[in-house]
Amino acid sequence: MAFALTPEREKQAVALLERYPEKRAALLPLLWLCQRQHGYISEEIVAWVAERLELSTAEVKGVVTFYTMFFDHPVGEHVIWVCRTLACELRGAKAVQEHLEKRLGCKAGETSADGRFTLLKAECLASCGTAPMVQIDDLYYENLTAEKLDRILDEVAASGPFYDREARERFEADRRGEG
Amino acid sequence: MGFSTPSPKILTSRYHLEDSFTLPVAMKAGAYAVAREVIGKKSPESIRDEVKKGNLRGRGGAGFPAGVKWGFLNPRPGQQVYLVVNGDESEPGTFKDRTILERDPHRLVEGILISCYAIGAHKAFVYIRGELRFGQLRLEKAIEEARARGFVGPRPFGVDYPIDIVVHSGAGAYICGEETALLNSLEGRRGEPRIKPPFPAVEGAFRQPTIVNNLETIATIPGLVEMGGEAFAALGLVPGDGGTRLYGVSGHVARPGVYEAPAGLPLRELIYELGGGLLDANRQLKAVIPGGSSTPVLRPDRLVKASDPQHPLHAWDGKSEIDVPMAVDLFRALGTMLGTCCATVIDDSVNMVEVTRNLMRFYRHESCGQCTPCREGTGWLVDVLDQIAEGRGKPSDVDLLVEIANNMMGNTICAFADGTAMPLLGMVRQFEEEFRAAVAAGRPLDVRHDTTTRAAFQGGNR
Ligand SMILES: Cc1cc2nc3c(=O)[nH]c(=O)nc-3n(C[C@H](O)[C@H](O)[C@H](O)COP(=O)(O)O)c2cc1C
Ligand code: SF4
Ligand code: FES
Repeated sequence: MAFALTPEREKQAVALLERYPEKRAALLPLLWLCQRQHGYISEEIVAWVAERLELSTAEVKGVVTFYTMFFDHPVGEHVIWVCRTLACELRGAKAVQEHLEKRLGCKAGETSADGRFTLLKAECLASCGTAPMVQIDDLYYENLTAEKLDRILDEVAASGPFYDREARERFEADRRGEG
Repeated sequence: MGFSTPSPKILTSRYHLEDSFTLPVAMKAGAYAVAREVIGKKSPESIRDEVKKGNLRGRGGAGFPAGVKWGFLNPRPGQQVYLVVNGDESEPGTFKDRTILERDPHRLVEGILISCYAIGAHKAFVYIRGELRFGQLRLEKAIEEARARGFVGPRPFGVDYPIDIVVHSGAGAYICGEETALLNSLEGRRGEPRIKPPFPAVEGAFRQPTIVNNLETIATIPGLVEMGGEAFAALGLVPGDGGTRLYGVSGHVARPGVYEAPAGLPLRELIYELGGGLLDANRQLKAVIPGGSSTPVLRPDRLVKASDPQHPLHAWDGKSEIDVPMAVDLFRALGTMLGTCCATVIDDSVNMVEVTRNLMRFYRHESCGQCTPCREGTGWLVDVLDQIAEGRGKPSDVDLLVEIANNMMGNTICAFADGTAMPLLGMVRQFEEEFRAAVAAGRPLDVRHDTTTRAAFQGGNR
């Protein structure tokens, strides 16, 4: 079946195109909308976006593959990024990764057998003062201890998948802001 | 705690307020008062003058004077000037801009309004790294609130000077912090740096004259304009660097975080007063990366050599490298760079070959690959460091590292390659004995970086 955005997202897409002096500039935000809906950028999405912005599929693919946050293949319901750059490393990032690998039963770069979590290594996420930390889907979890990390994972596991989570994410964001 | 340096709070004056990110709270504490006072009421030139007088050095890494950069604009009739705010914040060790987005986005919006008016722009793009979704949402919400009040839109504060603000999300690529790569990414392309010239002020976003400034630089504008350039410049502790700025401190310190203090704060105060000293008091301070991973490392046990009274560092002759004030020109004279002013503190539990390897892996991952010396050089550096760390290094490998780095410098489209080579050379220069020892040992280094902190993670006593 050909790709289509939900009516709500379609409205956002139309608004996006008006924000820039050139159509092409809407490429990254449009890819974000698609990935939030579908979980990754499929071949159908590439074709759909290319047609929408009057680009070749090669140009769209070239952009998708340039950026680490766009996935060109399916990933787990939740993506966990462990920051392994220096400041985090000094505060225990390796232990965080080891803990996650044990709990999920997969290595960094892999998806857990039940398909729920993909574990990836990240480069500095601008959270060095609250290291060690992970990003799960769209949110940061900082000043981690093994116990705190387990609690967070329980919560995330009990929630719906990433692409259903925009509302929850806003809620969590604001709750975090109060803390 | 008595701090030796008094720290007026300007950028962070609203950080502590409950719901500081909402418009009513921010306005009650003064947000938008300066914009209302100057837009349409003062001349754009007079605002640009104040910024020049304020000695505001760009907060994005290079420390270029913002007033001078703004002066490079000279649009031809019919051209549209753009303001682009650089919120890519990806330099390892840097985490300051994020606090503005999350805790006081209205200060940024106000800074954008004043800056647009001052440089003749009607549209601003704020480029934010994709990972900072939370900050993006906060900023988008703030812009919505400001638009609802009419501050952003066709008639800010009732003045016929339309200003529109667009938030643009990146998607994970350090190189997009480089200003021309950022412009390509904004235009929907791969984030590959462009050959300069033309500079953005002549041909930037959508081929129009564009000012690219760091997010903190722009958020500093309301405070600067409010107090006036001279008063702002006088806040700096050394000549040539005005105002207060956000300092970050992370790694092996007791109180990591972001702190506002005057420009020119000595690194020692950042570590021992604001940062609370070392995390593990039984350890020694070994090294400090002063302003993001691209800035060459400093050693507290190295003394400044500047006996010549003409030397810019003469006043610190014989003192520790970490006693030099954190100012753009002084740090350059010291052989390093101020960078983003976010320091990474390293204690003696750590091996510097491993630290170097960690950072060089970052650069290998992030090189955009357009230039051969950078694409190949970053890979070779990691290969050689792997050999050394795994106990298979040769004595000549230390010199090989230096040779590779030297060949990367000055030969590329953008400053990324220099930003890789300089810290590598700094590591080898400052800790050569440790590189030589690793080679001589001939066995895997087998050290972890987290000796000081792993127990805290496991034990959960944080
Ligand atoms: C590889 C590289 C990465 C950069 N990353 C950033 C960044 O994340 N944020 C930033 O503000 N400037 C970054 N810069 C500097 C920008 O190119 C530009 O100088 C800066 O945004 C100008 O703002 P300022 O004058 O206000 O400091 C980077 C430069 C290079 C060469
Ligand atoms: S120096 Fe490196 S990052 Fe910069 S353009 Fe060349 S290859 Fe890309
Ligand atoms: S090093 Fe992990 S967030 Fe900066």
